[in-house]
Amino acid sequence: MRFNQQTYKLTESGRLGPVALVAGVIGLVLSAVGYLVDARQFFYSYLTGYFFWLSLALGGLFFTMLHHIVGARWSTVLRRISENIMGVLPVLALLAIPLLFGIGELYHWSHSDAVAEDQLLQDKAGYLNTTFFVIRLVVYFTVWIVLTVMLDKISLKQDLGHQPSFTKKMRVISAPGIILFALTVTFASFDWLMSLDPHWYSTIFGVYIFAGSLLGMLALMTVIVLYLGRNGILDKDITVEHYHDLGKLMFAFTIFWGYMAFSQYFLIWYGNIPEETVWFLHRWESSWKTISLMLVFGHFVVPFFVLFPQGTKRNPKTLTLIALWILFMHFIDLYWLVLPTLHPHGVNISWMDITALIGPGGIFTWYLWCKTAARPLLPVGDPNLEVSRRFVNH
Amino acid sequence: MNNIKNIKTVGLLAQFDDPAALVHAAEKVRDAGYKKFDCHSPFPIHGMDAAMGLKRSRLGWIVGLAALIGTSGALGLQWWTSSIDLPMVISGKPFFSFQAYVPVTFALGVLLSAVAALVGMLALNGLPRLHHPVFYSDNFTRATDDGFFISIETEDPLFDTDRTKSFLASLGGKNLEELREE
Repeated sequence: MRFNQQTYKLTESGRLGPVALVAGVIGLVLSAVGYLVDARQFFYSYLTGYFFWLSLALGGLFFTMLHHIVGARWSTVLRRISENIMGVLPVLALLAIPLLFGIGELYHWSHSDAVAEDQLLQDKAGYLNTTFFVIRLVVYFTVWIVLTVMLDKISLKQDLGHQPSFTKKMRVISAPGIILFALTVTFASFDWLMSLDPHWYSTIFGVYIFAGSLLGMLALMTVIVLYLGRNGILDKDITVEHYHDLGKLMFAFTIFWGYMAFSQYFLIWYGNIPEETVWFLHRWESSWKTISLMLVFGHFVVPFFVLFPQGTKRNPKTLTLIALWILFMHFIDLYWLVLPTLHPHGVNISWMDITALIGPGGIFTWYLWCKTAARPLLPVGDPNLEVSRRFVNH
Repeated sequence: MNNIKNIKTVGLLAQFDDPAALVHAAEKVRDAGYKKFDCHSPFPIHGMDAAMGLKRSRLGWIVGLAALIGTSGALGLQWWTSSIDLPMVISGKPFFSFQAYVPVTFALGVLLSAVAALVGMLALNGLPRLHHPVFYSDNFTRATDDGFFISIETEDPLFDTDRTKSFLASLGGKNLEELREE
């Protein structure tokens, strides 16, 4: 990989893009074979793998909007990277299509005979029905893609020459955008993940998903930044001070995730109402208990103590390792949310879990890399760029 | 006559033109081996900690210790009261229900950390302090406006009124003053 010091564009984007594309296509083809073998398993695996990548892109959208709203300066050098990550959302909208065919396999509430026998599902039918589900899905993606495209357009215009109105416009879009984001992500996680068990409900569920998603996105951004830096790209612009801040944010969101996860568990444990506790009971019996404990220690305790000292946050090697670990745990978290519905009696790892992760993941990475290579790696027109470059922690 | 004898020099004060000159001078003072000196400016200056040769603050360790005491104390208190001293069945849950203890444990950990951060910060800075010899200098009021100062205390083993004075002057220090205390 090489890049032009003047335009901040990659002149040579390396082999990552093509390799990811091949892996993605192979993953999707194998998953399609899996669909023919065991359709139910395929849809559950695909939902998990797909949602993993979707959540990272949504994290990118949030980070970009937050950057604009608060007028952040330290993160200006990172802005283009988070914009590239959110830029994958239109492709992810296409990758959501297989899920539409899986509504019957995935969601118990979509069967009219099941609803007919179930008072609770009848009461929820106004919200949980196939038509409204698809309408909502379209609305979510419309909101996300419109926000992404609008922010992206102004950002690229700014590259050619800054006008003060650009900064203001991006802020004006982001402020209502972040409210829409909160609502759509909350309901999307209710729709796609929580309604897998249509009897169960948790009002904090959306925030829980958001916490994990943003944490995962920060880890992905850290991995990208350090990967670029190791190849001598932007290593003068994105310095150890920015690594340190990314580390601090990952530390903060590790705590935030733990806070949400415990709050969800705690109230259900305290209330001790069977229709709520059953969800945790499924995940505390059989081999799912191992995964639950793995989340407690792997998703919270380990990152907490690893990211605690200043040294690990300022060391590219340790920071890369913990970021990759956080990404892995984010996938385990989603796996733990989705798969117990299909395999209530214990963990049952299928090869489709892996192909359905690599399939959308390969396409995600390929498209992300196309975006990265096609535009300057920094928002070169942003008046705060120089301040961000010289940013120092105190 | 008596009064004059009781007046002793406690330090030297030198003024510099701008933040860059102050940082530069601080580096020189640090390299000369002075330990008991301080810089005064109307606003924080980037890189000043390194220029003065300051090490990382020990405050983090103080706060960490306080957090440990807070969390373990809260957990211990709840365990002892509800499992040992007065075991009581509450909504059919075990005597030692750690889940129920988490909010108090967390809150007390945060409380003690916050208090330790404040008190520790004050203690490490030698505050509260009602007076300091630099305030004998009328010129020093400019440290809140446009003045950049270095003060070196006589307690420093390297301090020698004449030599330190000429050293500060050689760094570009102006308005050199001896700080005197009765």
